[in-house]
Amino acid sequence: MRRTALAALVSHWRRQKLQLFALLAGLALATALWSAVQAINAEARRSYAAAAGTLGLGSYETLVDPAGPIPVESFAALRRAGWPVTPLVEGRAEIAGRRIQVIGLEFLSAPRRNLPDTLAADTLSPAEIFLPPGIGFAAPATLRALAGQPGLPRLFADPALPPDRLFTDIAVADRLLEAGSGIDRLLLLPGAPDGLPDAVVPGLRRQPAESQGDLTRLTASFHLNLTAFGFLSFAVGLFIVHGTIGLAFEQRRGMFRSLRALGLPLRTLLALLLAEILALATIAGGLGIALGYLIAGALLPDVAATLRGLYGASLPGTLAFDPAWAASGLGIALAGSLVAAAHGLDTVRRMPLLASARPRAWAIVSGRQLRRQAAAGGALLAAGALAPILADGLLAGFALLGGLLLGAALLLPLLLSAVLALGAAHARRPLAQWFWADTRQQLPGLSLALMALLLALATNIGVSTMVSSFRQTFVGWLDQRLVSELYVTAPSEAEAERLRAWLAPRAEAVLPIWKVDLPLMGAPGELYGIVDNPVYREHWPLLAATDAPWEALYAGRAALVNEQLARRNGLHPGDPVSLGAGWQLPVAAIYSDYGNPAGQAIVALPTLLEHHPEVPKLRHGILTDDPQALSRALTEEFGLPPANVTENGRLKAVSLEVFDRTFTVTAALNILTLSVAGFAILTALLTLSSMRLPQLAPLWALGLTRRRLARLEILRALALAALTFAAALPVGLALAWCLLAVVNVEAFGWRLPMTLFPDQWLRLLLLALLAALVAAALPVRRLARTEPSQFLKVFADER
Amino acid sequence: MLIDAQDLTKSFATGDGMLPVLSGVSLTLAAGETLALTGESGSGKSTLLHLLAALDAPDSGSIRLAETEITGLGDRDRAAIRREKIGLVFQQFNLIPSLNTAANIAFQARLAGRHDPDWCATLARRLGLADMLDRYPEQLSGGQQQRVAIGRALAPRPAVLLADEPTGNLDEATADDVLALVLDLVAETGAGLLMVTHSTRLATRLSRQLRLSKGRVA
Ligand SMILES: Nc1ncnc2c1ncn2[C@@H]1O[C@H](COP(=O)(O)OP(=O)(O)OP(=O)(O)O)[C@@H](O)[C@H]1O
Ligand SMILES: [Mg+2]
Repeated sequence: MRRTALAALVSHWRRQKLQLFALLAGLALATALWSAVQAINAEARRSYAAAAGTLGLGSYETLVDPAGPIPVESFAALRRAGWPVTPLVEGRAEIAGRRIQVIGLEFLSAPRRNLPDTLAADTLSPAEIFLPPGIGFAAPATLRALAGQPGLPRLFADPALPPDRLFTDIAVADRLLEAGSGIDRLLLLPGAPDGLPDAVVPGLRRQPAESQGDLTRLTASFHLNLTAFGFLSFAVGLFIVHGTIGLAFEQRRGMFRSLRALGLPLRTLLALLLAEILALATIAGGLGIALGYLIAGALLPDVAATLRGLYGASLPGTLAFDPAWAASGLGIALAGSLVAAAHGLDTVRRMPLLASARPRAWAIVSGRQLRRQAAAGGALLAAGALAPILADGLLAGFALLGGLLLGAALLLPLLLSAVLALGAAHARRPLAQWFWADTRQQLPGLSLALMALLLALATNIGVSTMVSSFRQTFVGWLDQRLVSELYVTAPSEAEAERLRAWLAPRAEAVLPIWKVDLPLMGAPGELYGIVDNPVYREHWPLLAATDAPWEALYAGRAALVNEQLARRNGLHPGDPVSLGAGWQLPVAAIYSDYGNPAGQAIVALPTLLEHHPEVPKLRHGILTDDPQALSRALTEEFGLPPANVTENGRLKAVSLEVFDRTFTVTAALNILTLSVAGFAILTALLTLSSMRLPQLAPLWALGLTRRRLARLEILRALALAALTFAAALPVGLALAWCLLAVVNVEAFGWRLPMTLFPDQWLRLLLLALLAALVAAALPVRRLARTEPSQFLKVFADER
Repeated sequence: MLIDAQDLTKSFATGDGMLPVLSGVSLTLAAGETLALTGESGSGKSTLLHLLAALDAPDSGSIRLAETEITGLGDRDRAAIRREKIGLVFQQFNLIPSLNTAANIAFQARLAGRHDPDWCATLARRLGLADMLDRYPEQLSGGQQQRVAIGRALAPRPAVLLADEPTGNLDEATADDVLALVLDLVAETGAGLLMVTHSTRLATRLSRQLRLSKGRVA
């Protein structure tokens, strides 16, 4: 009995292949977007964990010599004096065409918990470890890339290591880096005394441990962003699934009744339908996961570049398959299709055996339902608007976004219905009247797809407005902020002094860029000192200032702070800012500082030197008319490595590239979401087209040609897409405002001015119309080719 | 007795109160008997047939179908009765559009687990459907679809065949042929037949007639 009934149910899909395709493709696309985002997030999280784990080396205080490397003898002297220190060498080496960060530790004295597992487990003999060629550790992918290169130690794979890092013995590292013997840093191990070992080795400086916390916080917001996007795409996909499953139920009403009349118990029917949905969801979910894997693989290099550029978090450029996100993808596909099918199943359960067999006009929504739905939409909008008032933080920002988008989507059908009724009321010619009224009648069947389109368009407008505003502000800001034509970093302080002397007659001005890292108002921060030069007054991007801020600054009576620091601590010009123990200055001005997660303050250079004489004096900005010639001279005649000399133009280009890549991912997701929405329209139109026949047949009989009818159908699709776009525009702009003024401030600490880009809207409108046109083309082509006999059948069936 | 219905009443809730449709209808049908149910439009014929087919439940009264009392049974048991005992030819229980003629004919027999390919082939041949077994319902004429429905109802060799105007949209000649065929097949399988018809000409060809008027046996 079950087999026979199931075969009958499934035979429906065999006859409606397009519908089956729409269902599977919709669910697969939705799952793909969701699981792609999950895959990227999972990959990123794994990498942070790896970075935080093995290279927990940043969790130690260190001793450095401002003058350069620490001689090996100093290290030996410190050990003899009982200081628990272990040496560390690090630098970049070009191996196999890749820039590899080489980290050398002394395996004997290094803390065991920071050693790779293979080494900590004592499975290697001392001879293997210490006799040439020695041993090294790298991430599996890095290991593969380095395989067969001459001069390397024997390499072991360690999946916990971040990519492009080589972890090895200090002697091997020296050799690879071609550095003279010398130690870059000494890690202070637990039990080290306070203060400086000046009695043993004078001139060393203590550096605080790094904190990993802000990396996590910053990247968390990026991932929240991605997750929100994935979820939105999935929601758009669900609209499709809901539509197609609902239609499949509606179309088979007659079959369900026949099955029951012929003796299939209701429970068996429901169980079979449930099994059918779960089977379809599993197939589509599996396809979606495979597709998601491909999407994630394609996007991951950009995401990696973005995170590296924006936050300095390193991420491998390749994807590893993780069963966890595959399972989450399948889970959400199953859950989503069950949600979408719940209504249909309930209708079947309640359907009386003897009710009319004719499928009702699909998903007829009464005026009251329409108003109730709109009321729910209004309530969601209100709740979203209240969220930032009742709570703060990123979550409230996203609640606002969610309320805005869902609320607007729910309001859409009522809005469209009202506009179409207005159109019908004002139409003169009977055909126009019919067109408006008939379009309104189609609304219930199309509304899910149109809501999906609204969501996709609004997201598109919102996100691209944010991206473009961000970029425009950023370019302008870069122009202001990169005041020097040339930036040069000396390898040591002695060299820096020689450099300044050499540059003095050759450049217009040499501006020291000296900073100390220190906690500012309880969070990691940077304190810069600047010299009095007119370029600062002319170019520095001040957001708010007291009277004569520069005079106060150079007199050592005030400090400048960046926007992040000011927002986080509610600072305004005139408020005092604490710059360290017992040192407070009033804020003279607040400047914008995009792309930088840390709080920052600026004081006059003499003031900085007074409080922090130890500040590394290596980096300088140079004002000159001919940066290229000077840059060449610095590298060729002065012997500076090219990496230490950067031209302003190049720096700008690099920064812009980072920022453009930042949003490549978002843009890609944007396009994908829009195509999912286009697909939703196609599905809805296709499914409606089969029910259109009885509605169009009378018009055909009255003398309208099939071509004419087809043109009207196209016109209808375009009109609905245009109306939906008109509704999406304000929603998208509101979304952009939320992103710029609420979410960005919460996530990054800066607020961006919103700029409008009407040319983008025009492009998007054309894209939406194109999507509608493409979606309408197939069903309309069918209509234009409908045999007259099909039309006649409509009348025959009516009897 | 195949069917023994006593004192059936049924009313429907309408906009203005309860509308009594059947008020105390009793009837019996013995094996091998053929009964024509006639009456003016709206007299309650279809409603009565629905009750006898266990598609709907009466407000009061009792129905014994092949010695089983079916009033008060749950959905599962009523479904079993329909599957096992009854053949239905009702206008509104259409063919399954996604199955071809052959599959539609065999459908209920399969559902009941009594599929007999030879018997189905015989039915198809006798109903004149042998050369359209691969066609789908939408590719058949109204009369051909009606014949497929008759084949489907007879394929499991039901104890009772309930037919609601099975020849309603056939021309006179075809209607006569189809009825003759049904009567032959019913006789062969030993089933009882209860058929609603508006045509007195057809009604007289059955062994017994019953006339309904305003919800009562006239
Ligand atoms: N579900 C229902 N709800 C309300 N009234 C109904 C329902 N079904 C039938 N009726 C009413 O019951 C009465 C009998 O209907 P029924 O279909 O049994 O008549 P019939 O004798 O088969 O008529 P016809 O010869 O036209 O088919 C009619 O007045 C009809 O309007
Ligand atoms: Mg009737």
